[in-house]
Amino acid sequence: MKQPSLWRVLEPKWRTALQRIREERSRGGSGKLVTLVIVGVLFWLAVYLLLYLVLRHFRADPDLGSLLAGKVLGVVLLSFIAILVLSNVITALSSFFLAKDLDLLVSAPVDWLRIYLAKLSETLLHSSWMVALMAVPILTAYGVTYRGGPLFVPYAVLTIFPMLVLPAVAGSALTLVLVNIFPARRTRDLLSIVALGAAGVVILLFRLIRPERLVSPEGFRNLLDFIAVLRTPTSPLLPSEWATKATMGFLQGAIDPLPLVLLWTTAAAAVTLGALLHRQLYATGFTKAQEGAERFVRGGLWRWTVGTLLAFLPVAKREFVLKDIKLFFRDTTQWSQLILLAVLVVVYLFNIKMLPLHRGEQVGFFYVTLVSFLNLGLAGFVLAAIAARFIFPAVSLEGRHMWLLRSSPLDLRALLWSKYWVGTLPLLALALLLTGLTNVLLQVRPFMMVVGLVTICGLTFAIAALALGFGALYPQFETENAAQIPTSFGGLVFMMATIALLGAVIFLLWQAVYQYVRAVFLGQPVVVDAWMIAWFAAAAALCAAATAVPLWVGLRRIERFEF
Amino acid sequence: MIRLENVTKHYGSFVAVDDISLEVPRGLLYGFLGPNGAGKTTTLRIIAGILRPTNGRVLLGGDDVHRNPIPAKMRLGFIPDRPFVYDKLTGVEFLRFVAGLYGQDGDAVERRIAELLEVFELVSWKDELVEAYSHGMRQKLIISSALIHRPQCIVVDEPMVGLDPKAARLLKDIFRQFVGRGGTVLMSTHTLEVADAMCDRIAIIQHGKIVAEGTVDDLRRQHRAGDASLEELFLKLTGGAQVRDLVEVLGEGDGGHAA
Repeated sequence: MKQPSLWRVLEPKWRTALQRIREERSRGGSGKLVTLVIVGVLFWLAVYLLLYLVLRHFRADPDLGSLLAGKVLGVVLLSFIAILVLSNVITALSSFFLAKDLDLLVSAPVDWLRIYLAKLSETLLHSSWMVALMAVPILTAYGVTYRGGPLFVPYAVLTIFPMLVLPAVAGSALTLVLVNIFPARRTRDLLSIVALGAAGVVILLFRLIRPERLVSPEGFRNLLDFIAVLRTPTSPLLPSEWATKATMGFLQGAIDPLPLVLLWTTAAAAVTLGALLHRQLYATGFTKAQEGAERFVRGGLWRWTVGTLLAFLPVAKREFVLKDIKLFFRDTTQWSQLILLAVLVVVYLFNIKMLPLHRGEQVGFFYVTLVSFLNLGLAGFVLAAIAARFIFPAVSLEGRHMWLLRSSPLDLRALLWSKYWVGTLPLLALALLLTGLTNVLLQVRPFMMVVGLVTICGLTFAIAALALGFGALYPQFETENAAQIPTSFGGLVFMMATIALLGAVIFLLWQAVYQYVRAVFLGQPVVVDAWMIAWFAAAAALCAAATAVPLWVGLRRIERFEF
Repeated sequence: MIRLENVTKHYGSFVAVDDISLEVPRGLLYGFLGPNGAGKTTTLRIIAGILRPTNGRVLLGGDDVHRNPIPAKMRLGFIPDRPFVYDKLTGVEFLRFVAGLYGQDGDAVERRIAELLEVFELVSWKDELVEAYSHGMRQKLIISSALIHRPQCIVVDEPMVGLDPKAARLLKDIFRQFVGRGGTVLMSTHTLEVADAMCDRIAIIQHGKIVAEGTVDDLRRQHRAGDASLEELFLKLTGGAQVRDLVEVLGEGDGGHAA
């Protein structure tokens, strides 16, 4: 029998993608596209400019410049490979074992090689597109700084492509082996914890070894030591090292075909070995993937603790809160992200502690107050990112069950109320922890402590409301994976709106805080005058509006949902 | 009990439901039939308050489902055709949650849950996550959830899909008893034997319009169908009688390989 082409096997996927674009366009979604393109281009430009300035600085030094540039590229490509392996493992689990089209493909007379190649391509595309896009401004900066010329473009593509294929094959193979050992759904849980735990440990270790000390001249005994460190490859067996050598060789006019040959032959060998492994293990793995749903659970604990605590609430609200908490903690892919969050909080506080602020006399007070104040913006941004991950998808995740909620006499305000408070209270605890501990570490005065804590409370209420409101305005009912929802257009709009809010609140508060800083700096008594109160009131009003309006708009939108 | 007044539903330029008026009195099991894409599910979802009609209104026990939803929906139990349930809740937790949506909790609810799980033979599965349930078990759980608050009327879309013969029989008995005690059931189905055997009255919908309404005998008389079966009547009314040559569709008996 003539086998269908790879293109044909992948047809449902690309046709669905095309149809989505068409639907988006017919709904007047060109505004979205323009916004996405503008934001993307601005991001590219920022990365490009930053790296271009660094590389130009390096290039000024003919001896060390190219070594440093090569080292930076090596580190960037190595981190790309690390990210790609993790993301390929998780994506391969969905595309090879859990995707909805698999029943059709596996039951059709399509041979194992086509299924492997089709699913590998799908995995590669889904997990590598972001890294590939990120590589564009980076390689452009190298190409422009070292005058690579127009030939550098196809050469860079030729270098990067096999580097993307290798982690896709490795990730898919690892997933295949794991699914044969554990059931697929258990593997997903396990991988979520392992991947996030590993990422957390890497971030923590990287931060705790304080890499900033490496750029301090006093960290090296002499120049030779420094050069020796730069010349040492991370590992001669890593594809990122081959890609670095290939790229830097081309840019310095000393083209060595060996790294490129190594990349392509290794990629080809990996695909062949991956295909053979697939032929041996896929059938049993796919069968195992159909089983393994979790069975018995103990739900009594939540009922006796949270249920008792919330006994004063109307029954619908109480049951809704209980349901949301249970669903969160029973989904490993959701709660395991808390591991990463905890690590980021530790790193955040560690960074604040390492700030060299208490070395001067008068300067100390000014900078301490400034850092404490600007920390509000940074903490707000961290809270926004967390809200985007955990609160923004709340309405979308309820979409498939809306038949039940809408046909019941549930007041939709109770739904919104539950979603809001289940999201806001943990966020508020984190916000107070971040701001309070930071201010303690900075040794700020009571005035700034109060301003900081009150402001972060106001911002938290507003950020949670914005996340819920934008989540209702831009729902993603069809997405199976909650982690993909924040990266949608609506998630981007939410982040932009939150950054605007943070900017506005900080601007308003700075007018009041400036009076305080000036008075303390000049040794004058701090006077709380009408202007100071007016600025504080304006900031409070803005936070209140940013809380009430999105919730109201969100409620109106939920009431109009049609399923 | 259920009253539709000039209900219309547009999806863009497509008219899914076209000016339907219908009355389902108390104590009646009412069948809602029609070919695929005729507008049955849309109509039932409008009645359940999930979709808003473009025009017209729906009254449940005298209350407008969209203007006065709380009292209207308190009377209703809705069973959809493709129900999504919270996979990470157990059967008992799901039923308790649904009871909560209707403002009910406490011992009375626990007793009702135990009763329904017993009737639908889900007791041994009650503490397992719904993600481990088969399609039929999910369907039984959904039916239990629609009955948990003792509704006055049930709106049900394709109730027999996925049920084993025992559960299907049980559901038929439940509906008949429910109607016998003064309840109302509006049921959409493609299983014409079920409709013929169970329904007191029938409406047939096509292209969003009701093309026939009454008892099966009424329909036979209206359409001069003699003693034709409901299936023949349905095909006559919906134009489905022009069935293509089955031999052509199925091939010529060589295992699907065309000669």
